[in-house]
Amino acid sequence: MFQLLADRLQSTFSSLRGRGVLTEDDVAAALREIRRALLEADVALPVVKKLLDKVKAEAVGEKLTQSVKPGEQVIKIVHDSLVDVLGEPESFSVSGTKPVVVLMAGLQGSGKTTTVAKLAKFLQEKEQKQVMLASLDIYRPAAQQQLQTLAGRVGVSMLDIREGEQPVAITKRALAQAKQEEADVLILDTAGRLEVDEALMGELQQVRDLAQPTHTLLVVDALTGQVAVQVAQSFQEQIGITGLAFTRVDGDGRGGAVLSVRDITGVPIYFLGMGEAVDALELYRPEGLAGRILGQGDVVALVEKMQNAVNEDDAMGLQEKLMSGQGFNMEDIKKQLKMMTRLGGLGSMLGLLPGMGKLKKAIDPSKMDDKVIKRQIAIIDSMTKQERKEPKVLNARRRQRIAKGAGVEVSDVNKLVKMHEQMNKMAKMMKSGKMPVMPKF
Amino acid sequence: MSFFSRLKQRLTKTTGGISDAFRGLVGLPNGRVEEETLQELEDALILADVGVDNAAQLVQKLQKQRFADGATAEDVKQWLADQIAEKLAPCEQTFNIPTAQPAVIMFVGVNGSGKTTTIGKLASKWQKSGQKLLLAAGDTFRAGAADQLAVWADRANVPLVRAEKDGADPAGLLFQAYEQAQTQNTNILMADTAGRLQNRADLMDELAKMVRVLKKQDETAPHATLLVLDATVGQNALSQVETFINIANVTGLVITKLDSSAKAGVVLAIAEKFKLPIYYIGVGESLDDLQPFSAQDFAQALVGLGNS
Repeated sequence: MFQLLADRLQSTFSSLRGRGVLTEDDVAAALREIRRALLEADVALPVVKKLLDKVKAEAVGEKLTQSVKPGEQVIKIVHDSLVDVLGEPESFSVSGTKPVVVLMAGLQGSGKTTTVAKLAKFLQEKEQKQVMLASLDIYRPAAQQQLQTLAGRVGVSMLDIREGEQPVAITKRALAQAKQEEADVLILDTAGRLEVDEALMGELQQVRDLAQPTHTLLVVDALTGQVAVQVAQSFQEQIGITGLAFTRVDGDGRGGAVLSVRDITGVPIYFLGMGEAVDALELYRPEGLAGRILGQGDVVALVEKMQNAVNEDDAMGLQEKLMSGQGFNMEDIKKQLKMMTRLGGLGSMLGLLPGMGKLKKAIDPSKMDDKVIKRQIAIIDSMTKQERKEPKVLNARRRQRIAKGAGVEVSDVNKLVKMHEQMNKMAKMMKSGKMPVMPKF
Repeated sequence: MSFFSRLKQRLTKTTGGISDAFRGLVGLPNGRVEEETLQELEDALILADVGVDNAAQLVQKLQKQRFADGATAEDVKQWLADQIAEKLAPCEQTFNIPTAQPAVIMFVGVNGSGKTTTIGKLASKWQKSGQKLLLAAGDTFRAGAADQLAVWADRANVPLVRAEKDGADPAGLLFQAYEQAQTQNTNILMADTAGRLQNRADLMDELAKMVRVLKKQDETAPHATLLVLDATVGQNALSQVETFINIANVTGLVITKLDSSAKAGVVLAIAEKFKLPIYYIGVGESLDDLQPFSAQDFAQALVGLGNS
């Protein structure tokens, strides 16, 4: 699927060669394909539109590099934007005055009751909390019995079921009993309800006002279509949700609903349901989700592609030189610097790795940007053949001449010479086995 | 309340619907729908889960369409509804209870799609029409699933076969239910099954085994297999239909939760690709809220038109 998107994008960029920058027209063509991919993944249209605007703003004017296809460059930007929207994991805190109340809400069949059991097991085993459950689902036949069975399986207590008792009354009793039992956490399972059902939404508001939950989790089926936005909005406006749990993440859907609901509500995603067993609950982690929405597991392939783009011969030559203990000369450094520009600089290489987007921003751009690399190449180009082969001869006068020739300060030349010295030092250490051999990139 | 007025009521509550696309549309210049409106219509169709391809296709057709002088937004909507209804017309088929004795009808689908509720509603309906029924609680996995079906069996006043304990082999249970249906001269054996995601090979194998075991007693069983689809599911519905057809030879669809804001536009793609009948739609919790599928009503609801 990812390949499909990459191929489609490639064909829209076929007229481009790896030079220059992405123009607005190039990007517009790419965005059409990305829009399609996102919609096919069930990302809600308003969210898709917002994303595309953001991607457009970032992509137009982006420099093209020779080794990475423009289409892939754009996908990378989209991928990063998706990761941004999904957000970092946040810990699900249940510390506070006992009992901490967790209220679960969602549509019919979204998987609330199963999630309640999984959450109870998680809090009991991983957080050593004493958990009590109560079912307020008086509508679906045998829903309360279902939770009771699950409570038994997980080994947590459950409020006894009283025929005919209404949700608000059940809540009152649950709060009292949880206090009495000194339970750390009280999880309230509620009946599934449609976002347009005013009566049942009103009931849930009453329960919320009474129980004063620390967490109100919206349970959403990861396979949900465009309606995910309305559902999330409605629950947020009427009940006020504080977090999300997605179910059926183990299905083969692309999971666009995860992105939509997270974007619309802005509340953290805490849990992902990965199966039917009571321990099939995972803490949310963004890795892989963005790639999946785009139709690919991860971006490793992209990185590999970049690695392959590096001239194999050059890389081998350098490595042999290293192993033979010959040491680098200025020509070798130039080759390496050129390799880096071909890859769009170290910064863009880091940016390709999932999760590295932030690191990229953290790196001092003055040290990493392409201008610096180009300047260093210019310095080497201003050297004589002899100077390049034997950098030892670079005295102060020669350095001044080179600086003039390359249009830089003498200090820039000094920096390069120092870098050369350090590289050779490292090479010697590697040769003597004091350091692991650097992987070639 | 009729299916239609219900759906219409829902549609007025939702935003970004097809009706919104026509806001401010006064007359059609040269009998054509303008670019901006076309774009909004395409968006509205996508929001109804119609899918990128079908939305684009419908709008392209609309772009070429020339309307008569004095045509209004209503006329354009009607035209669109007609196009959709035409695509869905082959799916509108009455569910005829198979003539085999007993007729085995299996209900399959992913978790939470509404299988058990659908069985409950149909059981009541068929019981009232004088059929002799037996329900089989084939979901031996989910806690409380058999209890849930038992409540429905009680309400409909029909017998139920259930496993003695959770986790029993569902194929064995069906075998036993079939024997009981035979000896009791039952007309219809309705088999509930556990919800399963279509990419879970182990669970799909279990379903295949249930079908195999039934065939040992009657080669033509199950005589109907209904896939229950949740209207709020998006494009993944296509994958669900495809896999369940392969494993369980699905003969028709039931679409539930159409009383939500979801419009289940994905059935357009399903209709085109799999040409399966859609027998029933669920538009609410009460017994009468399971209704026969009407292509015209569905299409009109999708574009936000009333039929009264």
